[in-house]
Amino acid sequence: MERILSYAEALQEATEQEMARDPSVVVFGIGVDDFKAVYGTTRGLVERFGPERVFDSPLSEDAMAGIAIGASLNGLRPIHVHIRMDFLLLTMNQMVNIAAKAHYMYGGAVSIPIVQRAVIGRSWGQGAQHSQGLHSLFMHIPGLRVVAPSTPYDAKGCLVQSIRDNNPVIFVEHRMGHFQQGPVPEELYTVPFGKARMLAEGGDITMVGVSYMAVECLRAARELAQTGVHADVIDPITLSPLDVDTIVDSVRKTGRLLVVDSDWTACGASAEIIAAVAERLQGAFPVQLRRMGYADTTCPTAKNLENLYYPDAQKIAAAAYGMVRQGAEAWVPASVTAPELVEFRGPF
Amino acid sequence: MFDRLYRSLYRIRRVEEEIAIVYPTDKIKSPVHLSIGQEAVSVGVCDVLAPTDVVFGTYRGHALYLAKGGDLRRMIAELYGKATGCTKGKGGSMHLIDPEAGVMGTSAVVGTTIPQAVGYAYAARVKRQDTVVASFFGDGATEEGAFHESLNFAALKSVPIIFICENNGLSIHSRQLERQRVSNIFERARTYGMPAERIEGNDVLSIRESVERAAQAIRAGQPGPYFFECMTYRWREHVGPNEDFAAGYRTREEAEPWMRDDQVKRIGGMIDASLRSRIEQEVEAEVADAFEFAERSPLPDDRELYTDMFKEL
Repeated sequence: MERILSYAEALQEATEQEMARDPSVVVFGIGVDDFKAVYGTTRGLVERFGPERVFDSPLSEDAMAGIAIGASLNGLRPIHVHIRMDFLLLTMNQMVNIAAKAHYMYGGAVSIPIVQRAVIGRSWGQGAQHSQGLHSLFMHIPGLRVVAPSTPYDAKGCLVQSIRDNNPVIFVEHRMGHFQQGPVPEELYTVPFGKARMLAEGGDITMVGVSYMAVECLRAARELAQTGVHADVIDPITLSPLDVDTIVDSVRKTGRLLVVDSDWTACGASAEIIAAVAERLQGAFPVQLRRMGYADTTCPTAKNLENLYYPDAQKIAAAAYGMVRQGAEAWVPASVTAPELVEFRGPF
Repeated sequence: MFDRLYRSLYRIRRVEEEIAIVYPTDKIKSPVHLSIGQEAVSVGVCDVLAPTDVVFGTYRGHALYLAKGGDLRRMIAELYGKATGCTKGKGGSMHLIDPEAGVMGTSAVVGTTIPQAVGYAYAARVKRQDTVVASFFGDGATEEGAFHESLNFAALKSVPIIFICENNGLSIHSRQLERQRVSNIFERARTYGMPAERIEGNDVLSIRESVERAAQAIRAGQPGPYFFECMTYRWREHVGPNEDFAAGYRTREEAEPWMRDDQVKRIGGMIDASLRSRIEQEVEAEVADAFEFAERSPLPDDRELYTDMFKEL
């Protein structure tokens, strides 16, 4: 019988098993050793591996990112955890000016095997500074890997791959993604970078969902199916390097591409995916292209405004239907339940 | 000891002077930040470090790289942008590295290598190595947040590190007291919970003696951190080969006491003349060889543009 774990449990298991396998793996960040254990993702680690390898950090994201880099230069494999991705902005100097560049600018003399885990904070009312998806800032930088798995299976395999990779990895999680349940093998395995996953096959439209939006795209696809519209749903898993081939293959079949991001659209992952596909397919045959993401505003906290701000399965389904059934009367499914949002209780 | 110190001081001075002579020929097509005048700090510190000890530095890193034992040929080839350079023509003067000699990198963004040095030292403790790490930075870096965050963490975790502030009183063309209300960098370090002292006069022997005590303490199991503010002076312009006393932000009179106390001359005067002459001849030959090596080395292949982006498993 397959074993079901939550995404958060899968992250915890990946970390614990890798730390047991490889004594060079260390974990630090604000709150990683406290009783909440970053939503349980670091639960039990300090008890098993001790405070040298698992420690709370001072509120010094800039230096701690540099400390991770320096520790990696001396053979450790640090995982630096951020309970909100917004805090990752404080690591930008070290990540962009050093981590991304060290292997190249030092002519291959050193490498920087570090992981920055960062949680996109949407749950309820997290507002302007606890909700941002900033992965595209890092996608822009050569030398960084950026991954954003959406399923528990990929969360575990991708985190293991990230820890073992010899380069800096931005590991993007989503607070609502943490609640997703799915089959996760107990043994260690890796999910390779640069390979997207087809989550559903339909043929009428290609939907690419980044991070948690892959979950919402799947829900949207189920609603759409009731109207006779069938969607390919793709989770890119790795945003850098991006598996353009899998997306292009699907779009060749469907002629329609809707990319939904857990982020704004301008200069975002959705823009990059659309551009990459357009460069490949332009002139070959007509393609419909559309991006969806956060409203082009700062994130509000009032529930009604927040609901307008975020893309969701209902909006995604309506948009996809409009692309497939052009000229037909618009269709919007009845409200689609996202249990993790409905069931969420605060505060964080 | 004095012959060793003299060889290192003289060698760095002569390398830098040769760079300054070559620079107007445009054979070096990237910025150079010369250490002339500041050699004593790197030489004094590195003289008491073991080959397995590790240093992190700044874009003004020629002296540190050479004092710690970085390969001279590969350094000059790097300045020339040649494939034989220490970073294969990808880093230039501001990103010198020689891991085999314990030179773990130099950075153009002020203050950025301080936390890396702390992280390296933390890992050394986790791995039970007896490595001593020295972190070099200037007075300007002490204005960066990462400096304070790094000192706090280093003290909190008692990591085996020696912080070396090379205070030359200048950040590009801004004087320290135009950027800081008080000139008490070493006292600020103390407040984080570590022994800290100022060493006046660019005195290579004082620097050596103080740092030796700290390194011995670390090796004896009193991990640190330790902090030294080494007062020094930059003789040439911030970037480039020339003097700039006419530029208006400082005067030659200000520089004169530092030039009078030139540590290259001072230590040279402390050794036997024939030994001194032999060291100088050997260094001259080595410097000439390094420039000749750089001259005759090939440029990187065009394909090198795309190599070294990622370290494969």
